Amino acid sequence: MPDLGKYADTVLSAYGASLLLLAALVVLTIWRGRKVRREMETLETRMKRNG
Amino acid sequence: MSIWEYANPKKFLTTSEKVMPALWVSSAVLISAGLIWGFFFTPDDYRQGSTVKIIFLHVPSALMAINAWFMMLVASLVWVIRRHHVSALAARAAAPIGVVMTVIALITGAFWGQPMWGTWWAWDPRLTSFLVLFLFYLGYIALWEAIDNPDTAADLTSILCLVGSVFAVLSRYAVNFWNQGLHQGASLSLDEKENVHDAFSSPLYVCMAGFALLFLALVLYRTGTEIRARRIKALMARERLEA
Repeated sequence: MPDLGKYADTVLSAYGASLLLLAALVVLTIWRGRKVRREMETLETRMKRNG
Repeated sequence: MSIWEYANPKKFLTTSEKVMPALWVSSAVLISAGLIWGFFFTPDDYRQGSTVKIIFLHVPSALMAINAWFMMLVASLVWVIRRHHVSALAARAAAPIGVVMTVIALITGAFWGQPMWGTWWAWDPRLTSFLVLFLFYLGYIALWEAIDNPDTAADLTSILCLVGSVFAVLSRYAVNFWNQGLHQGASLSLDEKENVHDAFSSPLYVCMAGFALLFLALVLYRTGTEIRARRIKALMARERLEA
């Protein structure tokens, strides 16, 4: 860990908040993508079954 | 082969699924490498101390916040001129990414500004134009959500995107247009006197490349999701008609 001196809190807070937001964006994107894909496959299967 | 082939949703999905793994991996590698390099292996600035390390998040996120809007503008123009649904959905998919990038730029700017300027926020031209850009992003997303008919939503959001582009340009050039305020000029410049030292610019370029690739990966993935969500709506409408 580098010596961040008197600005340690500032720098670490900036990094923490940014990485958290980036991670949330990626996780939510993938979560919604998988959910929508599952829904579409279920619907397509049901429609094929029902002709 | 023409670029317009990718306006076909099926072609778009198959091609984007082929390139996405490489995009995810390369963006993760570049962002990790750039941030580790910048955080652990760059010196403190003689005036700003260790706060200079915030540059590795602040500049790439601000860059993507502005460029996401320009990508939306191009996609919106393609929709308005050629009526390709995939381009309208790509613009819609990019907006939440732009919001997050804008928020990161604003938050890191506030953290950086507090010790350097003595304030978290100032009504400086660049900061203010960035805040307006953030509000335009929110308005753009709200407009998509508010209108049921997807074609009408795409038309109206395209117009909003055109208007908002003025603020995207202002966000980029506010420092040059109004030579006042607290925000400094460009960190990266061809002018050696203006440019940050190589010790900072090299990891910064790596982070910028990583953020750009992450944006691309997210846009492709989210556009795929929007295409599927639209198909679900169409299938459900057909099912209701047949019932």
